Amino acid sequence: MRRWSMLSSLLLVAATSTALAQPGPEREAELRHLLVQDCGSCHGLTLAGGLGPPLRPADLAAKPAEVLVHTILEGRPGTAMPPWRPFVNPQEAAWLVDQLKRGEAIP
Amino acid sequence: MKSERHTAVICDHELAPRPGHEWRTALAVMAAVGALMCSGLANAAGQVRATGDLALVIERAQGTVQVVETTGNSAVARIEGLGDLSHASAVFSRDGRYAYVFGRDGGLTKVDLLEAEVEGRVIQSGNSIGGAISQDGSLVAVANYEPGGVKVFDAQTLELVADIPAEYAPGIRSKVIGLVDAPGNRFVFSLWDAGEIWLADFSDPAKPAITKFGNVGTKPYDALITGDGRYYIAGLFGEDGLALLDLWRPEAGVRRILPGYGRGEEPMPVYKMPHLEGWAVAGQRAFLPAIGRHEVLVVDMNTWEEVGRIPVHGQPVFVMARPDGRQVWVNFAFPNNDTVQVIDAESLTLSTTLQPGKGVLHMEFEPRGEEVWISVRDKDELHVYDTASYAHRVTLPAQKPSGIFMSARASRIGL
Repeated sequence: MRRWSMLSSLLLVAATSTALAQPGPEREAELRHLLVQDCGSCHGLTLAGGLGPPLRPADLAAKPAEVLVHTILEGRPGTAMPPWRPFVNPQEAAWLVDQLKRGEAIP
Repeated sequence: MKSERHTAVICDHELAPRPGHEWRTALAVMAAVGALMCSGLANAAGQVRATGDLALVIERAQGTVQVVETTGNSAVARIEGLGDLSHASAVFSRDGRYAYVFGRDGGLTKVDLLEAEVEGRVIQSGNSIGGAISQDGSLVAVANYEPGGVKVFDAQTLELVADIPAEYAPGIRSKVIGLVDAPGNRFVFSLWDAGEIWLADFSDPAKPAITKFGNVGTKPYDALITGDGRYYIAGLFGEDGLALLDLWRPEAGVRRILPGYGRGEEPMPVYKMPHLEGWAVAGQRAFLPAIGRHEVLVVDMNTWEEVGRIPVHGQPVFVMARPDGRQVWVNFAFPNNDTVQVIDAESLTLSTTLQPGKGVLHMEFEPRGEEVWISVRDKDELHVYDTASYAHRVTLPAQKPSGIFMSARASRIGL
């Protein structure tokens, strides 16, 4: 069941990430704020880690973007990572992962 | 004095970060700016000042703290150079002059409230979560995530006194949370990864004695100690319930309280970990945040049984009793963090709902409870409310404020 839903959301991301435009500048600012302040509650404002793991480019280099997008959207059951799907859509999650992987998210 | 607060205009340029000994110069400037800001402060002639009405405000984004005063409700100074304060807290020296600020980057900074300067600073780990000061004021302990453990420092010099790795299996260390001081120069803390509570007795600082309690529950996320220093309670993230240690009878071990408070329902996602710092007690009732539920749990401290639950606006983060115990104030996790609710501790009903603005991160009562300070991160503001009328008294500018720590904590167990 879980495997199936992961696969379907991967397909969804694959199908939509190229087709849809990036978030607009206003939404990007909101997402940056979310990343630093709210993700930062657990991962640290500088994303160097806290209760949650660090999210700097080197920490994420070995992890495929799709897996990270899925983690943002669905959370990680059994850990403190909640699902953010109510607040970010798959394109926005993909944009966040891109920011993280490129180190653009670190203030 | 108090009547001036409505007209108090904070000159933010006066608060430009400034290290060091410019305190008196700044005071002179501030005095010139006008009495409306400076009521209650020492003057440029070097008049002495006490710290009893001072508080420290963490400005999380830029690594600064503000010193504010609660007699006239005004800003006093800003101190820079405290590193990454994304999750920062503070304790105070027993004389109330110094604050020890625990930063996320492992920094332990000793701040002089009167001189408004950094007195000392050590980077003591890679990643820390908070700390405590010992009963006699001689030791400052820091809880670390990375590497997991507790380090204990001389409160005067910040020299390392003891290092307690939270090694719960060979070569494996746990993140440490919920570190508090307890009577007998003891520290108590919990191991997030291991589900353990450790009691460290520093009555002989050269030979600390550690007592370990295992299987206390899954993923303790924070803890508190009652104001009398008797009960240590750790909240559990991984299951419905809390772990209770009676420090009068540690030999009796840790017991579970409020087991299964979720009644088997699927918990809601938690977008910010609740905090158990402080202790919301009114009479024999204690008020605690439920995890994954929009509820405040009420427990009878004689029996440790649940006696009620109060539906609230969101996932509670801080549940704080006004010092007289008559009211309990609650703030909430994202996405409900624009709201504060007040519970009447007698009837267990909601008294009022306030909306200070997005990013309400912390609330701190003035020592006798007539006013409460609230940090509103996204507005870059501190709000002061009258707790009897709920009237909004003052707004002060602050850069992404989070924790507010009144110096009166200096004389309280567990804070």
